[in-house]
Amino acid sequence: MGFDWSLLLEDPRDRESCSSAPCRSLGRTPILLVVLALAAVAVDAVAGGSSTLRFMNQYFLLIACLQLWSLITPVNPASTWGPLIIIFAVSATKEAWDDYNRYLSDKQANEKEVWVVKDGIRKHIKAQDIHVGNIVWLRENDEVPCDLVLIGTSEPQGICYVELKTINGNLLLHFFTGNETKLGMSRGVPEPKLTAVDAMIDKLTGAIFLFQIVVVIVLGFAGNIWKDTEARKQWYAQYPEDGPWYELLVIPLRFELLCSIMIPISLKVSLDLVKSIYAKFIDWDEEMYDHETMTAPHAANTAISEDLGQVEYILTDKTGTLTENKMSFRRCCINGTFYGNESGDALKDVELLNAVINNVPDVIRFLTIMTICNTVVPVRSMSGNILYKAQSQDEDALVNAAARLHMVLISKNGNSLEINFNGKLIHYEILDTLEFTSERKRMSVVVKDSEDGKILLLSKGADEAILPLSYAGQQIRPFVDAVDQYAQLGLRTLCLGWRELKDDEYKDWSQAFKEARSTLVNREWKLDEVCQRLEHDLEVIGVTAVEDQLQDGVPETIETLRKAGINFWMLTGDKQKTAIQIALLCNFISSEPRGQLLFINGKTEDEVLRSLERVLLTMKITSSEPKDLAFVVDGWALEIILKQYRSVFTELAILSRTAICCRVTPSQKAQLVELLKSCDYRTLAIGDGGNDVRMIQNADIGVGISGREGLQAARAADYSIGSVSGTSLFNSISLMAYNVFYTSVPVLTVVLDKDLTEKTVMQNPQILFYCQAGRLLNPSTFAGWFGRSLYHALVVFLITVHAYADEKSEMEQLSMVALSGCIWLQAFVVTIEMNSFTIFHHLAIWGNLLCFYGLNLMISAIPSAGLYTIMFRLCRQPSYWITLFLITVVGMGPVLALKYFRYTYRSSAINILQQAERSRVATFSIRDLDSQLKSIEKDVGSLASRNKFKSSVYEPLITDSPTATRRAVGPSAFDFLQPAQSRDDQNAGLLEIVCMLTE
Amino acid sequence: MNNSAAGTSSGSGDVSAPRRNSNRPKYSRFTQQELPACKPILTPRWVISVFTLIGVIFIPIGIAALRASTNVVEIVKRYDADCIPGNNTKAYRVAYIQDKNIDKTCNITLRVPKDMDPPIYVYYQLDNFYQNHRRYVKSRNDAQLKDRGKANDTSGCDPEDASNGSPIVPCGLIAWSLFNDTYNFSIGNQNLTVNKRGISWKSDRDHKFGNDVFPRNFQNGTLIGGASLDENTPLSQQEDLIVWMRTAALPTFRKSYGKIEQNLRENDTITVTIKNNYNTYSFSGKKKLVLSTSSWLGGKNDFIGITYLTIGGLCFFLAIAFTGVYLVKPRKLGDPSYLSWNRNPSGR
Repeated sequence: MGFDWSLLLEDPRDRESCSSAPCRSLGRTPILLVVLALAAVAVDAVAGGSSTLRFMNQYFLLIACLQLWSLITPVNPASTWGPLIIIFAVSATKEAWDDYNRYLSDKQANEKEVWVVKDGIRKHIKAQDIHVGNIVWLRENDEVPCDLVLIGTSEPQGICYVELKTINGNLLLHFFTGNETKLGMSRGVPEPKLTAVDAMIDKLTGAIFLFQIVVVIVLGFAGNIWKDTEARKQWYAQYPEDGPWYELLVIPLRFELLCSIMIPISLKVSLDLVKSIYAKFIDWDEEMYDHETMTAPHAANTAISEDLGQVEYILTDKTGTLTENKMSFRRCCINGTFYGNESGDALKDVELLNAVINNVPDVIRFLTIMTICNTVVPVRSMSGNILYKAQSQDEDALVNAAARLHMVLISKNGNSLEINFNGKLIHYEILDTLEFTSERKRMSVVVKDSEDGKILLLSKGADEAILPLSYAGQQIRPFVDAVDQYAQLGLRTLCLGWRELKDDEYKDWSQAFKEARSTLVNREWKLDEVCQRLEHDLEVIGVTAVEDQLQDGVPETIETLRKAGINFWMLTGDKQKTAIQIALLCNFISSEPRGQLLFINGKTEDEVLRSLERVLLTMKITSSEPKDLAFVVDGWALEIILKQYRSVFTELAILSRTAICCRVTPSQKAQLVELLKSCDYRTLAIGDGGNDVRMIQNADIGVGISGREGLQAARAADYSIGSVSGTSLFNSISLMAYNVFYTSVPVLTVVLDKDLTEKTVMQNPQILFYCQAGRLLNPSTFAGWFGRSLYHALVVFLITVHAYADEKSEMEQLSMVALSGCIWLQAFVVTIEMNSFTIFHHLAIWGNLLCFYGLNLMISAIPSAGLYTIMFRLCRQPSYWITLFLITVVGMGPVLALKYFRYTYRSSAINILQQAERSRVATFSIRDLDSQLKSIEKDVGSLASRNKFKSSVYEPLITDSPTATRRAVGPSAFDFLQPAQSRDDQNAGLLEIVCMLTE
Repeated sequence: MNNSAAGTSSGSGDVSAPRRNSNRPKYSRFTQQELPACKPILTPRWVISVFTLIGVIFIPIGIAALRASTNVVEIVKRYDADCIPGNNTKAYRVAYIQDKNIDKTCNITLRVPKDMDPPIYVYYQLDNFYQNHRRYVKSRNDAQLKDRGKANDTSGCDPEDASNGSPIVPCGLIAWSLFNDTYNFSIGNQNLTVNKRGISWKSDRDHKFGNDVFPRNFQNGTLIGGASLDENTPLSQQEDLIVWMRTAALPTFRKSYGKIEQNLRENDTITVTIKNNYNTYSFSGKKKLVLSTSSWLGGKNDFIGITYLTIGGLCFFLAIAFTGVYLVKPRKLGDPSYLSWNRNPSGR
C-alpha cells in the first residue's frame, strides 16, 4: 500500500565503519562525564587545552601551587585554594552540564529503538546495539540508524526510497546514511571556537601579568635591600643571620602571590556564566520564535555569543535561508508560448488551462515530462489524497503543478507508473532512469507508453545542460530568451525536452547502460558517458519557472545589516542569473546606477586570472566612489581561484562588501569561510541544508536554520533558528547581538576571596560585555580602567591610613575600613558605568553591599574569628562612616566629573544616541535620526576601510522597531574588566598595607 | 502514513505534541530582557546638582570634624633621646639600653597647655616599629592564649615557641617583645593615679585571652625581649599584653597605657618618671608619651576635617565651573549632528 518497508542488512564490507558508528559518542556515562569535566579543567590548566582562557588557567594553577609553599605565602593557603576549588568546581559543573546535554542528545539518537530480525523473530533493540550482520527492519519514515545494505522491501519491485535529508538538501541521492558517511566526510573536524573577547582577555591577562612581573621584580629588589639594611636591625623580628640560598627569591615570590589578585580568579568563571546566560537569553527570545514550526531558537555553543556583536562577514546560503525553499510553479514557456506572464501564475492562466482542455499536443507532452521525469513518489494517504514525496522542492512543485493542470501522477510501483489525465488513466513503464548528478545537471527517464508501445526519452535539466542537446535545426532562441527572462525575475528555471527512441536504438543503449551500471570501477564516469550517448537530439519543448519565495523581510534585513557595515556574501548552488536576481530582490546588491556587478569567469586558468585581476583593479579604482560593488563568481572559476590565485582573491575579498558565489559546492563554501577567517575577520555563516554544514562549522559563528532540508545543519550550528521569517531571523540575530552587549545582564558571581586579614568577601561584579566590534575592549580602554583602579587604590589606602592613624591603627580595624572603602567604591563604579537599571541591577549592586555587611557582621559575632567584634565596633564609630563617605566621594568625584565632561563635550556616538533616546527631545525623534542615518549611509559606504565601519555598527538598530531601539541603543559601557578592575581596586589598596606586612 | 504501526505512531504523536509546544520560550519580562529599567544620563543639571550637594554636605561635616579635632587637648612628648644621658652615638645608645645594670629611670616634665577633662588617655607611641612585619604578625598562637589545655600548642610561634625544652606561654615574637617602659605621673608632690584597667577591649579579655591561662616559661630564654609577665595573673588580666597583641597596621602607632581620671588644669606641670627599658634604638625608632582627651571622632586628627573642607570646596568649584562651561558653551544633548559620520567628511 502506501508504505514501504525494507529489510536491510549491514554491509559486511563496512565492518569497520559500522562498528565505530554507534560507539562514537556513546561511551560516556554522566558520572564519567563529571570526572572527565573535572579532569578536563585540570588538564586545561596545565596543557592549555581547548578552553578559552588558556593563559589564565595556567596562571591560577601556578599561583595555587606557590601558595602551598608556606614560607612564601603571605596568607593562609586555604584562602586561595578554597576559592580556586570552588571556581574550578563551578566551571567544571558548567562543562559537565554542557557535556551532559550533549550526551542526552547523543543518547537520544543512539537509543532510538529499531527492529532487528534475529532468528526469524523481530526484536526491538537500541540503535547502539546494532551489530554487524544484524538484519534491520525499517518502516516507512524511519531513520536509517547505520550503514545498511538493502536486502528487500515490501514493494513488489524491491524498490526502497531513501531520503537523504540530512546529507544533502539538493538533488543528490546516494546510498549513504548516518554520521559516518558522506556527511560525516564532508563535515570536517570543527575547531573549538575562540571568541575575540576571549582572545583579548587572554592578551590583557598577559599584559597584567607582565605588569605584575615588573612590580614583583622592583618591589622584590627593594624588599631585599630593605631587609638587609633595616629589617636585620629589628630585633623583635629575630631575623636569622643566614637564610637558605633561595632567600633572595622569597620576597619577590611573596610579592607575586600578593599581586596575583590583580588577575581575579573569578574572571574566568564570571565570563563563562555570562556567556551561558547570554545563550539562554537567545533561547528565550520570543522574537526569534518561529510560530509556524514551533521551534525556538537554540544556542548550542554557549561560549561564543558575545562574538555575535563583532561579525564582519555574513556568509549565507540562498535556498532555504534567504528564500523559503518553498517552491511554487509560476510560469512556463511551451514551444515559444509564454504562460503566466500576466497573472504571474501559470496555473491560473486561462490560455494554459484551455490548452490543456483542448489537448494541445505540446502542452500535453510538457505536462507529461513534468509528471514523469522526476524521482517523486506518490503516496496515497489514508484519507485517499495523493501526497508526493520529493527529494527536491523543485520536482515537488512541478508535479503538483501538473496535478493542478489535470495531469495527476497516481502511482509509481516499481517500473509501472500511472497517470490520471482528465479522468483518463495512462500507463507508462519506466525502463530506465538516468539520474541527476550535479555534473550532468539534468535527469532523464526512458519510459514506454503502454498504449502505443512507443519508447520515449524524457529529459529535464538546467538550460545549459539541455539546450545544447537539442536536435540540429531546432530554434532554441525562444527558450534561451525564456530562461533569461525568468532568471531576470529570480525564478529557477528548468528546460524540458524529449525524443522518441527507436526500439533497436534503445536496446543497444540499454545493454550498455546495464553494463555501465554493473561496473565496479569508474562507474559514475561510465554511467555519465553512457547517458550522454542517449541524451542527444532532444526536442526541447519548454521551460518551467519555479519561484522560491524570499523569506519575509529579507530585503529590509539585509539592507539594515549592510548599513551596519557587515559584509554579505551569498553562496549558492543556483545559476548565476537567478542568484543575481535573488540578490537584487533582497537588496543584496543595488541595481545599475548605484551598484555595479563585476563578473569573474572564464574557463581556463588564464581567463580566470585575467578576469580576477580586472575585477580587482576596478574594485580598487572605484573604492572611493559611493558605489555598491559586488563581484560574482561561479563555482568553476572559484575552483581555479582557490587553487591558484588565493592571495589575489583574498585581496579582492577584503575590498568587496558583497559577493555572490554561484554554483558552489559545500567544500568551496567552507573554503571561502576559511579564507575570510584567515584574514582575521569574524564570520557568521547561515544555512539550512546539509551542504552548509561545513561552512557553518568553519565559521566563527554558525547559524543553522532548522528548516525543510533537515536538521543536520542545525545540529552542526552554534545557533539554530526555526525557519522563521527572515526579518525575525536577521533582526533577531542583530538584536541579540546588541542586546547581548548593550543590555545589562546582572550576574551574581559570588567569589569567595580571602583577603589578607582572612576575611571572606562576597563580591557580585556586574559583568557586562560591551564589545562593539571589540572597540571597548581594547588596550586603551583597559589602560583607562587600570589607571582608575590605581587611583582608587591610592585613595583607599591614603585616606584609610590617615583617618585611622595613631591609636586607631589596629590592624583588623584598619583593613576592614580599607576593605569597606573598596566595596563602596566598587558599588559606585558599577553604578556609574551602568546605563540602565533594572531591579536586578539594584539587587546586585546594593544587595552586594548589604551582603558584605551582613556577612561581616555575622563573622564579627563569632568569638573565635579574627574579626570578632570588629565590624560592630566600626559600625558604631562615626569616624568609620565619615571615612567611607570621604573615600567614596574622593574616589568617584573625579570619575564622575571626567565622565560627565567626556559625555557632554567629547561624546561618543553611543552617548549621543543614548541621550537622544532617553531625553526624547521633542523636535528630534528617532525616526528623524533614522532618515538622517539613511542619508549618510552613502558616506559610510564610501569609507572603504572596514575598520571605520565599526563605529556605525549599531546604526541598523535604529531602523528597527521601536522596541528594538529601546532595547538595543542602550549600551552599557560596562567593561567586562570590571571584576578585574574592582578586584584591583580592592586589592591594590590592601596590597600596599600588605607590602609592609611582607617585609 | 505509518499505518503499519498506527497505534504506536499516534501514541508517540500525542507525546511529542506537548513537548514541541514546550519548546516555545516562556514569556517573561526577564527572559525577553524587557524589565523596566531606569536609564539615567549625565545631564548637566544632574551632575551640577550632585557636586553642589556634595559640597553642601561636606563643608559642615568638615567644620564639625575640625572643631572636634581642635577641641582635643593633646600632650605629646618624645623621650627616647632625652632619656639617654649625654650626647652620644647610636652604638652607645644601643649598648646603654641593653645594659641590665644601669638604672634607666628618667624624669621628664609635661606642661598642660589647656584644661583637660577626664578621661585623659595615656598612650605610648612608637615610630618605625613594624608590628605588621610578616614574621612578627604571624608569630602568635591564639588557641594557646585562650585555652589552658593548649599550652603546648605553639605552632606558628617560631622562634619564640619554647625555651629550655618546654613551651612558652604566651609564645611568639609579639608577646616576647612586649613593651616594657613604665610611667609614673605626679603633679608637684601629688601622685597622679593612672588607671590601667579597662584599657584593652572587653571582647579580648572575655573571649581571646583565657582567665585560667597563666604565663609560663616566659622570658626565660637567653634572649630577653621586652617585659616579663606576672606568673600569677591570668592572661585575661594582663591588659598591657592584650593591648600589645592587638597589632598595629602601621609602623607608627599609639597604644593605650592607662587613663587619668581627674582634671588637669592649664599650666599644670606634670612630672613623669619613666623606666626607659624598651629598645627602639637599634632601629632608630622613636618613643613618645601621649596624654590626650578624646572627641566623638577619637583623638586629635585634623586630616578628616581638612580633607572634608577641601573636597567640599573642590566640589563647589567643579559645580561652578561646570555651570560656567554649560552657560558659555551650551551643548544640546543627543544632537545627532555631533555624530562623527554626520560631520562633513571633507572637514577632516
